[in-house]
Amino acid sequence: METTADLTVSAVRDTRRRGRSRRSLPIALFGLLLLAGCAGDSPSALNPAGTGSARVAGLWWLLFWISMAVFVEVMALLIWALVFRRGTARVRHGQPLRFVTIAGAGLPLVILVAVYGVGLRDLAALGDGPGPEAPTVEVTGHKWWWEVRYPGASGATANEIHIPVGEQVRVRLRTADVLHSFWVPQLMPKTDLIAGETRETWLRAERAGSYRGQCAEYCGTQHAHMAFLVVAQPRADYDAWLARLDAPAREPGTDAERRGRQAFVQGTCSACHAVRGTGAEGRVGPDLSNVGSRWSIGAGAVPNDAGHLGGWIANSQTAKPGNAMPPQPIDAARLPDLIAYLRSLE
Amino acid sequence: MPTTTPSPAVSPADLARLTEHWAEPPSLRAWFSTVDHKRIGRRYLVTAGFFFALAGLSALAMRTQLARPEAGVVSPQEYNQLFTMHGTAMIFLFATPMLFGFGNFLVPLMIGSRDMAFPRLNAFGYWVFLFAGLFMWSSLPFGAAPNNGWFAYAPLTGEQNTPGLHMDVYALGLLFLGISTTAGAINFIVTALKLRAPGMSLNRVPLFVWAIVATAFMVIFALPALNLDNAMLFLDRRFDTHFFDPSAGGNVLLWQHLFWIFGHPDVYIIVMPALGIVSAVLPAFTRRGVVGYPLVVLAIVAIAIISFGVWVHHMFATGLPQLSYSFFSAASTIITIPSGLQIFAWLATMLLGRLVLKVPLLFVIGFIVTFVLGGFTGTMFALTAFDQQVTDSYFVVAHFHYVLIGGAVFPMLAGIYYWLPKITGRMYGERLGRWAFWLIFTGMHVTFFPMHLYGLFGMPRRVYTYRSEPGWDGWNLVSTVGSYLLAVGLLLVLVGVVHAVRRGKPAPPDPWSGDSLEWSTQSPPEPYNFPVLPRVHSLHPTWDERTAESTGPGASADRVLSEGRRTLLTSELDAHRERAVEMPESSLQPLLLAGALLLFFTSMLLAWYPVAAVAVLVVVVTIAVWLWPPRRPDRELGVTA
Repeated sequence: METTADLTVSAVRDTRRRGRSRRSLPIALFGLLLLAGCAGDSPSALNPAGTGSARVAGLWWLLFWISMAVFVEVMALLIWALVFRRGTARVRHGQPLRFVTIAGAGLPLVILVAVYGVGLRDLAALGDGPGPEAPTVEVTGHKWWWEVRYPGASGATANEIHIPVGEQVRVRLRTADVLHSFWVPQLMPKTDLIAGETRETWLRAERAGSYRGQCAEYCGTQHAHMAFLVVAQPRADYDAWLARLDAPAREPGTDAERRGRQAFVQGTCSACHAVRGTGAEGRVGPDLSNVGSRWSIGAGAVPNDAGHLGGWIANSQTAKPGNAMPPQPIDAARLPDLIAYLRSLE
Repeated sequence: MPTTTPSPAVSPADLARLTEHWAEPPSLRAWFSTVDHKRIGRRYLVTAGFFFALAGLSALAMRTQLARPEAGVVSPQEYNQLFTMHGTAMIFLFATPMLFGFGNFLVPLMIGSRDMAFPRLNAFGYWVFLFAGLFMWSSLPFGAAPNNGWFAYAPLTGEQNTPGLHMDVYALGLLFLGISTTAGAINFIVTALKLRAPGMSLNRVPLFVWAIVATAFMVIFALPALNLDNAMLFLDRRFDTHFFDPSAGGNVLLWQHLFWIFGHPDVYIIVMPALGIVSAVLPAFTRRGVVGYPLVVLAIVAIAIISFGVWVHHMFATGLPQLSYSFFSAASTIITIPSGLQIFAWLATMLLGRLVLKVPLLFVIGFIVTFVLGGFTGTMFALTAFDQQVTDSYFVVAHFHYVLIGGAVFPMLAGIYYWLPKITGRMYGERLGRWAFWLIFTGMHVTFFPMHLYGLFGMPRRVYTYRSEPGWDGWNLVSTVGSYLLAVGLLLVLVGVVHAVRRGKPAPPDPWSGDSLEWSTQSPPEPYNFPVLPRVHSLHPTWDERTAESTGPGASADRVLSEGRRTLLTSELDAHRERAVEMPESSLQPLLLAGALLLFFTSMLLAWYPVAAVAVLVVVVTIAVWLWPPRRPDRELGVTA
């Protein structure tokens, strides 16, 4: 990270030296972009783990190198003019229409037609969705979280999508309110969620891992906190996970957890949230049947640990102002029980 | 080069008569009633500059918030209003009005006319622009500014999802402003077609004027789609219609289609006049005409037409049929060719000419470097598969800032330095100008280049904050530092302009030995622009002896037209002289009408419908009085000539 930042600064400092400076710019740019490919933990489109994004990354590098070549050409002409066409240079009054037409229209046309062909091929590849027997995930966008259901499994989860690795998975997209956009940069480009319609996309992870996704269409106050995680796991793990999603939630194991469940079911929580098998069936907020195992609270707003969970329950408006959950007037003595219960739900 | 002192062809008596008919006494009334295109043009430039500063400060607040992850400089509600006002103001209240300001000041001067075709409509357009801008910005201190982004997608904009006045301000403000833009566009078209100096056939029209006219045609065809969209939005919000409500048979993508049918041409509406500035600045600093004039004109016209067939590339992620994507992808790819043609025409001009490396040329070079990079990413966006990956990420933010700062702001800055002597009659300081250029150029790239990267790394746009885990923080800090550099550079431009106006050396009529007709007038031009209207013999009239002779001794007296407030009408294609025409004098009606419209839109916003009805009445009466045929003898109307 630091080295890349230094590079930017030096690239910029270079551009301030007139004339010869511009020659070093493309080199610095190239260095930057090389480093861009291995940008640490970023959910980087240039570090693809899925079939869709891998294809687009390939397209990117093709476009990048063509752009570099043309940029060098343009800069060379500009530098030529700056070096040789100043001072006492004699003005020439010709009209080199052939040069302008070939360099400005002819060559670009040839390049663009070729690139357009490659682009069409990739578009077709992205449109090549899974067959009818492929696993399906139903994702519904809410302000500001993702509801995730699997046909055949009675339960639901939120902000976390599990898929079997190496298989093409259909993702059916709907929205409960405004437009959102489903984007997992490392796996697949975006598909918008359109109010009143159903859209489909697909995911295919080529290696196991967790891939961050985020809403990419502005959707109101908390658009910034509408992230999710795609967990690609071996088929057996996926099957086991899906089986748990169909079963009742984990029973409390301790007294504290039992008191917590009671508080959950009898208190205000169950008005909006569901936990399978407890009678809590609220559908306003996320289903919490496996909340203890999730990667975050509030669709990426805060980490999922006891402290943040307690803070979230007491007043989620601090961490995610504007979200639908009002501050909860919960007895301070009851809060640890509730936290213990929710964290036990895996 | 011919010198350009006041024409000896005109007798002192004629000059006195011209002054009598055209000059405005310095009074408060004259300030409000002026119809002088130069004053109006200056006002456009200053007002648009003011809105640019507000929108720029909004951006600085946003960059400060984004400097660190999870910062609390502004609340999410504030941030969302800031980014919406930033975009909306930059597009609608800065870019187009700024370029209209250049057009207003320059088009009559460049074509050898004494005013715009409809001077009162021109004044009206300015007042509406000013009022609409104030109307929109004044919502910000009340926390009621638009907050759904400048393209305001349904159904987020509905009453249910965004209660309060926010999006009413947006819909009404843009409808209000649209009146100004439409009036301005009509005026440019008629002016350029009918008021050109005799002899300025279409193949001798300066490229800047071509660009303005093509832009004006685009405005005329594009803006109705936006107006329709905003009218439906307001009806949906206020009067419970359901145009964008899918639960009642409405369609949310209808908004997007109409918005981008306007919105994509609008990109060229902004960039095209700026490219015209580049074509206008280059000859003076390369000492020759732009290479391939017919090709550049062809490119301008081609862009104006093709730009109406590319709008769906803004909707590549909405899941429309792939077949339609392949068409719009093709059109979006092709539209880069006319731009490439222009770039190489300018490069060829620089390669054949002799560069005079002053501040305006520096900004043109900065423009080429930046705009070309923005063009590459633009071509990438034409490819649907790649677009779907990077649209709505910071990559697209990088792209359009390269295009709009590179393609519009840099040329505007070149234009400001280039025409400052003509507009103010004062010279700017070269040293300060160079400092401003290097700071702006550096600041621009430090701010926006990293956005390509963190866009590719998965950072979506329009987020008021981000967590540190995805690793975007370092790059964001770099961008924020860059934005401060950019701001300092822009501040130096302001300092330079103010310094020039107050202490600058008086400017000669033609400090750069420019090629177009504005350089044959005084700096600043007399109220009547030309003591004797020139007869144009070439594409570079100020470099051309015969055109200079046409205003010199022995100039034909029928181009002095000092017996009234007159200018010449000529034919559309060949600019053959048709007749002299009497131009309207200053009037308070434009201001009154704009004020009545402000009252109307304000009362609609605040739901004071009876007041709105009164305002409509005032509007109707004012228009009627304005258009009532004047009681003047035919002779005075110039009908006889």
